[in-house]
Amino acid sequence: MITQLMPAMVKVADKEVHSPEFATLYVNQAIDFKPGQFVMVWIPGVDEKPYTISHHSPDRFGITVEAKGVFSKKAVCLGPGDKIGIRGPFGNGFNMGIDHKRVAVVAGGCGMAPLAPLVEAFQTDNGPEILLIQGARSKSFLLYPDRFTAKVEICTDDGSKGYKGFVTDILVQKIKDLSAACAPDFDMVYACGPEIMMAKVFDICEAHGIPCQVSLERYMRCGFGVCGACVCGHAVVCKDGPVFGSKALRTMADFNTRALLKTGKPVPLNEYATWRCQ
Amino acid sequence: MQTTFLGKTLHTPLVLASGVLGNNKAILERVWENGCGLPTMKSIGPAPREGHKNPTVIDLGNGMINAVGLPSPGYLNMEEEWQELSGRAFPVNASIYGGSVDEFVRVAEFVSAQGPDFIELNISCPNSDKHGMIFGVNAQSSHEVVAAVKKVIHVPLIAKLTPAAPDIAGIAKACEDAGADAICAINTAGPGMVIDIESRCPVLAFKKGGLSGPMIKPIAVRCVYDIFRSVSIPIIGLGGISTGKDAIEIIMAGATLVGIGTAVRYRGINVFDKVNKEINDWLTAHDTTMEEIRGAAHREAL
Repeated sequence: MITQLMPAMVKVADKEVHSPEFATLYVNQAIDFKPGQFVMVWIPGVDEKPYTISHHSPDRFGITVEAKGVFSKKAVCLGPGDKIGIRGPFGNGFNMGIDHKRVAVVAGGCGMAPLAPLVEAFQTDNGPEILLIQGARSKSFLLYPDRFTAKVEICTDDGSKGYKGFVTDILVQKIKDLSAACAPDFDMVYACGPEIMMAKVFDICEAHGIPCQVSLERYMRCGFGVCGACVCGHAVVCKDGPVFGSKALRTMADFNTRALLKTGKPVPLNEYATWRCQ
Repeated sequence: MQTTFLGKTLHTPLVLASGVLGNNKAILERVWENGCGLPTMKSIGPAPREGHKNPTVIDLGNGMINAVGLPSPGYLNMEEEWQELSGRAFPVNASIYGGSVDEFVRVAEFVSAQGPDFIELNISCPNSDKHGMIFGVNAQSSHEVVAAVKKVIHVPLIAKLTPAAPDIAGIAKACEDAGADAICAINTAGPGMVIDIESRCPVLAFKKGGLSGPMIKPIAVRCVYDIFRSVSIPIIGLGGISTGKDAIEIIMAGATLVGIGTAVRYRGINVFDKVNKEINDWLTAHDTTMEEIRGAAHREAL
């Protein structure tokens, strides 16, 4: 059984290779889960890292890995029968609200992973109207094509698929379109992607009086709010987050400015990102 | 529950244990606002240090095992943090470590000049082969490092001790004799180890790690009890304190202040407010005071 205590060693049941960079590892185990939560994934002898759950059903879940650093390059090479340790789930997850009529989900690159189960959870008969805005560097970095029944707007930095430009351009346009049509605004905007993108989404939402929730990333150790490795201003990302709403973002000192290295030293986000990709 | 400690007024008698949360000013302030009288910074070391690979912290249910491995930007690389802390409205305890007496002295002298309210010497961390515990298990080396640091700092010195010492009361006395202003006990116990039997691997990347939380509380109470009998300086008692009754117990063993660390995992950051209220409620219900119960376990049974 997977819990927040000792890692449970489980077998990788299947692997889906999305592109040379991305793969999803599936585990045939039940896990009590809410969209936006994460698990700590341990490869003995290598390291342990936080991964969001990108696929979930009552008896199975998946994590999507992007080959970037030492751990993730090992992880994407795992296959059926390989064992990994899992503890969790941790964090708060997205607040899905109770009577949203219309929501926007804004995903940048691998930020699609935590948002995918959210989109699926909203895709019910009584669920809200969903607009998914998905962007990536180029076509091959767009995760899970054709996975959703929701309306999807695609964009890429290089124009290899969809609109050439940023997800935030599309979000602004859609808010304007709704306003021009005298239609009600989005009740909530959910976003995950590079922090600068999420900060832009937050600013756009603030300017239009729309509440939003974003999922942050920081270097983590314990996963349950004790060690302090992932603090972002006064917020403990692994425990108070990783999902933060507009109210928390307004007073979060280090949001879109600083993150801590493994030593605990605060550095600008671009320096942090360079280190994380090593 | 205002408390005076080494000449400073603290708004509560609770201390945030070193190594827990204390990575930036904002989180230290949040802990203080949530009822912690004295937040402690993460241990500051002589050079940049990343700590160990994960897994570093595992919750065992009745406490944790950890080998984070003393990550630190290094004392010379913390200008931003000290600058932010200079305008603070709350007291701060700066924990420091070194791999030699010279390193302790160098770090202590520099840190003292940055204006913390206290300096805590971490001579008790089990999670590095070169730092910490090797000093705290020996009375002579404890005396040596405390005496050397005491000469170069201008704030009160707290010596943080390990329950791994064969005679913690003797170590405490050596620290007092060397000029320590207070004792903080205990650091994590052990070290211990947990092995995943499926992969046949120790779970922690460092293999062994310090134990904390409810499982070690009786060790902490015994250590504080022993130390209280051997020194006359105040004691910060910690190790598995999660509730007001736990705090009362360690105060009866002799603690003046009470530290909280692992309980943040089980009761959240507002554990401090909760414990303060529970202490107050207990004292009120028993029509007594902190001063009256301090060291009460040493008196003749009623």
